Amino acid sequence: MPENSNSIIELRGITKDFEDTRALDGIDLRIGNGEFLTLLGPSGCGKTTILRILSGFETPDAGEVLLEGKVVNDVPPERRQVNTVFQSYALFPHMTVSENVAFGLRMQRRPKAEIAERVAEALRMVHLEKLGDRKPSQLSGGQQQRVALARAVVNNPLVLLLDEPFSALDYKLRCRMQVEIKRLQRRLGITFVFVTHDQEEAFAMSDRVVVMNQGRIEQIGTPQEVYEEPRNLFVARFVGEINILPGRITAMKEPGLYEAEIEGVLFPLRSARAFAEGERVHVLLRPEDVRLLEPAEVGDVPHLSGRIEDTVYKGATVKINILTDNGKTLSVAEFFNEDDQEINYHTGERVAITWVDGWEVVLPHDAG
Amino acid sequence: MMRILGRIWLWGVYAFLYIPILVVVVYSFNDARYSTSWKGFTLRWYELLANNRPLLDSVLNSLSVACLSATLATFLGVLAALCIRRYRFPGRKILHGTLYVLTVSPEIVMGISLLMFFIVCGLQLGILSLIIAHTTLSLPFAAVTVLARLAEFDESLMEAARDLGASEWQAFRMVMLPMISPAVAAGWLLSFTLSMDDVLISFFVTGPTFEVLPLRIYSMVRLGVKPDINALSAIMFGVTVLLVLAAWLLGTKVKRKN
Amino acid sequence: MTRADLTRRLSGKPGLFRLTSIAITALWLGLFALLPHLGLVVVTFLTRGTHDFVIPSLTLANYARLLDPSFSRILWDSVWLSFAGTVCCLLVGYPFAAMMARASARVKPWLLLLVIIPFWTNSLIRTYAIVILLKSGGIISMICQWLGFTDAPVSFLYGEFAVFVGITYTFLPFMVLPLYASLEKLDHRLLDAAKDLGAGSLRTFWHVTLPLVAPGIVAGSMLVFLPSLGAFYIPEILGGARTMFIGNFIKNQFLVARDWPLGASASIILTLLLGLLILAYTFTVRRADGHHKPETEGGAL
Repeated sequence: MPENSNSIIELRGITKDFEDTRALDGIDLRIGNGEFLTLLGPSGCGKTTILRILSGFETPDAGEVLLEGKVVNDVPPERRQVNTVFQSYALFPHMTVSENVAFGLRMQRRPKAEIAERVAEALRMVHLEKLGDRKPSQLSGGQQQRVALARAVVNNPLVLLLDEPFSALDYKLRCRMQVEIKRLQRRLGITFVFVTHDQEEAFAMSDRVVVMNQGRIEQIGTPQEVYEEPRNLFVARFVGEINILPGRITAMKEPGLYEAEIEGVLFPLRSARAFAEGERVHVLLRPEDVRLLEPAEVGDVPHLSGRIEDTVYKGATVKINILTDNGKTLSVAEFFNEDDQEINYHTGERVAITWVDGWEVVLPHDAG
Repeated sequence: MMRILGRIWLWGVYAFLYIPILVVVVYSFNDARYSTSWKGFTLRWYELLANNRPLLDSVLNSLSVACLSATLATFLGVLAALCIRRYRFPGRKILHGTLYVLTVSPEIVMGISLLMFFIVCGLQLGILSLIIAHTTLSLPFAAVTVLARLAEFDESLMEAARDLGASEWQAFRMVMLPMISPAVAAGWLLSFTLSMDDVLISFFVTGPTFEVLPLRIYSMVRLGVKPDINALSAIMFGVTVLLVLAAWLLGTKVKRKN
Repeated sequence: MTRADLTRRLSGKPGLFRLTSIAITALWLGLFALLPHLGLVVVTFLTRGTHDFVIPSLTLANYARLLDPSFSRILWDSVWLSFAGTVCCLLVGYPFAAMMARASARVKPWLLLLVIIPFWTNSLIRTYAIVILLKSGGIISMICQWLGFTDAPVSFLYGEFAVFVGITYTFLPFMVLPLYASLEKLDHRLLDAAKDLGAGSLRTFWHVTLPLVAPGIVAGSMLVFLPSLGAFYIPEILGGARTMFIGNFIKNQFLVARDWPLGASASIILTLLLGLLILAYTFTVRRADGHHKPETEGGAL
């Protein structure tokens, strides 16, 4: 992310308190023009508060909000070039779809002909051309959602804010909408700031993801960075499933390559971080990073020993729960291979546990 | 068994509520001045009313005061409800509480306090004092009616309007007002009826030259039973029935449209 | 932090619409509701003047005169009669409202409509109807003659009984509507749960129904008790010269005796009663909602 220039939004040191709770604690964030950024985190982490500060419905207790380089802390919502797609859609029930979509343009006092044209185009973009004269109550949830989108987008805002807009839709519709909205964003080139608690959703659409917890930013990065290189245990746990093994660094072999003792076995560990000899660490492994071998085949390769507790067939993958000899539970995911006769996973079967070299993530012991 | 008793009780009470007034209606057609036995059907008491100039004047006076005070009270009531619901300011809770207390406050207290207030201020007692008094009487009722509707109002709609560039006034005018208009209309109707019906406050704050209908009725009734009062009662009862039915049908029609 | 302070102050800057709305409302209520009532309280401490209505001479004599036996008698008689009327409305109205609440959804609106019509009918007209009912040769009189109780026409007017009937008749709808609202909201599953846990009908009523319906009962009582004390036309028309309620007393002081301070003091009594009832209402509402024991909550009322 470049240092300055292209940031259309900047938050500097934003703090916000509500009654007794601190909703945001010193948030610094830069969002680039044309970027699709998602704020991801559990309920109460502050992601919606950031959105409301960006739209102007909340004012920060400390810090600055900059839009296009200008401080906008005291600019009210109606004068910011920012539009919001609300979680409840907030469509005006007494107006038709067209009137709803036209509302923002009317507020800008655009000429009637221009309004009509832009409304029609916006409805075309969301595939609702024929429904302009309907009232919101006559539309399905998915259609209402798209009207809310059109109503916001038609104003050509600098930034579009989306507050968990798909939470009321069923799974298949959600997935379809995620694709559509990504396409829409690419086509319009508008900066999108999206809020969700659903990790898969965030990954499906975003250029960058901001993982938040209790009013603080835990990590910012591309979906791949956040998934494969989590900065701390919270991010690791929140974004997908994770196995965490406690270990101790025994030696440094070369820069980036360490030797560590995990459950009594010495393993090579790769990490760009610097660790001292004797330091305690967490070794993080995604379920798909783990490799299971038959005890007979494993040879000299460093491995842990354990027993299969149960297997869960998920269609495309199989999830295997392992109990190591030291009592640790591990979760392993493998693609289900119909033809593979080599390993049949049976409960109680003994396995050797290892992982793909370099796929591990090593974190210091106190990286909560 | 309980059910039958309950039914009897139900219809018994309805009978208690309606029989006295229905008797009056029947007697309004009775061609007898003082007797209570039936002497024949007549409309002459109604004719008498139609020629009663002071009575007709008082009706006109009442209507004008009711219309003006209802409009003013509704306007103020909507503003009050809006302030309480949407804005934070010192004394907001006090204002809210005051409105509720005013709805149950005995009218005679309001009547005498306004009487003293007007005299101390040097305001001539007449149509103006009456309008002010009736507005103050009805305002809390209109406000409470609108507040009830606002409690169910989806706040995100107003935020959406502002998000799209509307000022507070525009958002109110184009989004909130159309949606709460049934409650506003109900508040107006309520204020109108309160004004038309009011005896206690009008008694104290009106002047000698300006008479309103309830006070005219009051002076007539004090003089004893007279057949033209029967006719007047019948007319007023009839008007009430029509108005209530009309308001009811309007209410259900609005509900169906939404 | 100066910039943040500025931010906080400016971002709370009210728009013009908001400011004028608050200002207009506060102005009207302050001027025509608050001020006159405050003036009323002040007047109770002043003295009656000979040329002006009041002279600024502070005294407690007005309240002292209220304690005088002649006034206390009026006070107690009318309070007692109004109270009796309220209780009667409650006893008549509660089963009535309960039946309404239990009616089918199709019939309910019509039942409600039939109560609202008398509710909106002018109270003077309705009081007049009672005169027709109770007067000599009136309906009740005719029924008594027909049943053989008396030979000659008999009048039930001009006495406490007539006023009692008048109060009950006029204010019954005012009791029924809040009761109905409360009873309608009552969740019958709660009653079933109580029965399931072994409570008989009476105990279910006492422990479950009554606390939940209590706000409606208090509200209905407020709408009957206080107005009946103040509505002077009912005792005047139905009770004749002998019955005097607080309302009549106040009216006399203001329009006949021109004794503002004394009349104002009497009206304070009404206001105090109002205050008591409002407290009772708040208490029952809190109890129904579950804020049961003030002590454990640190005494916050």
